[in-house]
Amino acid sequence: MAKSKTTLRYEFLKGLWDENPILKSLLGLCPVLAVTNSAINGLAMGLATTFVLLSSSIIISSIRNLIPNQVRIPAFIVIIATFVTVADRFLAAFFPLISKDLGPYVPLIVVNCIILGRQEAFSSKNSVFRSIIDSSGMGVGFILVLVALGGFREILGSASLFGVTVLGDWFQPWLVMILPGGAFLGLGIFIGIANWINDRRARA
Amino acid sequence: MEEKTNEQEDQKSGPEGADPSLEKSTAPEKDGEKQEPVKKPETPAAKPKPAPAPKDPRDKLFKPEQTLIISSSPHFHTHDSVPKIMWSVVAALVPATVMAIYYFGMDTLIMIGSCVAAALVTEIIMNKMKGEGLTINDGSAAITGLLLALTLPPSLPISAGVIGSVFSISIGKQIFGGLGYNIFNPALLGRAFLQANFPVAMTTWTYPNTEKYAQIDAVTAATPLAQFKFDKIVANYGDLISGNVGGSLGETSALAVLIGGIFLLIMKYADWRIPVSYLGTVFILGGLFWFFSPGNYPDPVFHLLSGGLMLGALFMATDMVTSPITTAGSWIFGAGAGIVLVIIRLFGGVPEGVMYSILLMNAFTPLINRYTRPKYFGEVRA
Repeated sequence: MAKSKTTLRYEFLKGLWDENPILKSLLGLCPVLAVTNSAINGLAMGLATTFVLLSSSIIISSIRNLIPNQVRIPAFIVIIATFVTVADRFLAAFFPLISKDLGPYVPLIVVNCIILGRQEAFSSKNSVFRSIIDSSGMGVGFILVLVALGGFREILGSASLFGVTVLGDWFQPWLVMILPGGAFLGLGIFIGIANWINDRRARA
Repeated sequence: MEEKTNEQEDQKSGPEGADPSLEKSTAPEKDGEKQEPVKKPETPAAKPKPAPAPKDPRDKLFKPEQTLIISSSPHFHTHDSVPKIMWSVVAALVPATVMAIYYFGMDTLIMIGSCVAAALVTEIIMNKMKGEGLTINDGSAAITGLLLALTLPPSLPISAGVIGSVFSISIGKQIFGGLGYNIFNPALLGRAFLQANFPVAMTTWTYPNTEKYAQIDAVTAATPLAQFKFDKIVANYGDLISGNVGGSLGETSALAVLIGGIFLLIMKYADWRIPVSYLGTVFILGGLFWFFSPGNYPDPVFHLLSGGLMLGALFMATDMVTSPITTAGSWIFGAGAGIVLVIIRLFGGVPEGVMYSILLMNAFTPLINRYTRPKYFGEVRA
């Protein structure tokens, strides 16, 4: 495994499981907990974050040799903030309902640890191409968990998935799942299951 | 001498058995580090001529007067085991269960059965997932299911009870590592989950099937606490004691719960300090409010007899795992729960707060244990 860590394939796949930003690094939990009350909100949040992550990775890795080391964090933040503004305005213009649902969490992408963390740990040290692969992997991993968690909470809390009713009248929705308590419960269960699978793999 | 023999059989024998040369230096009387109160007197030191060390200290042929067993602490063992304690708790819940069936019909039995079955099945599944031996025989899962069922409203759908039971065992207990590791009382956690999930169904009550309510057609009823909170109606004590009021399945009859609880206290399977301080705090604090403003606040006896206080104080607050282990801690635990309960009942938005008061104090239990740790013998605090 040590050798394959440098392959491009691994750079992409590590974001999905081995270094998944939510299940493994536990980064960016604020939007994960706050907006996953439905699958569609999770998807929108995931896409917006991935867009910002990917775009700022491209810019930062291409100018990584021009940024003085002492001011790299402010420089990263300015670049990230630019793309967050783009994402925020785009959502407000084309998807006003989702934008309203997500509320302040879109502007807050600017302080999302996943984005700043990837810039600091990867984009500022690697080529543009490798940064794109890395960011897409992380972004897809983020989206998958957000949609899964959003779907899990939506099915149990509203008996629907992506707004379509999937469970019949016999199902009494579990109100707590679309409340903040459900976010903590759901995320805890997800992380627990991920650890359980890793544990079994390690033992096997 | 027959008594003595039995007492000494309780002593644990180390694998090495006795070593007469160490007799003087490690005599048990010198042991000053005992943390737990010693109930039985130390046995006298052995005679100078010890017999060969036996393989099994409980062997009837073993003559304890003739040897000295040297082993690491603990030196005193009780004959109680987890299954024995747990099944005693189940036995103590029988009166409350019988009253629940009497008042709310055979549906109660189905609800209790489903909850217990769901708890046992969940326990087995979680055991398998964790790759450990089955722990259903210790009875703790059955108790959780039974206690949960007794705190549910009579009209709750069976499926909701099953959901709560599964949640109790999986999230409330097994996720933390099983019996002995859970932070919160599993049954109460399951009930809190149901309360948050189905707020309407969990606060819809029905009257018992008794003559008193035979001519009332209303399907739903109010609990005595809700009647007082919203209409200032005080139920009569007779109904509260016998349980002839609206409420959760097993909590309405204060007397039935009390009988089981006293059995537990006599058997010493529940720490008497917790119910005494819990009920005492509610009585005193509730009494103070009532004394100064009798029109606005219910009297202290009503406080004690109504709602789930008896069930909570005797069976849930005394849960060995989630309550403090120190003597002072037990008093603090009960008093804290009492204060929280009175505040919720008198000033909260909901009529009843036994569940939240106990869960809240469960969260404080590690802290209480830490600050009430007894001093070591000879310890000087800096």
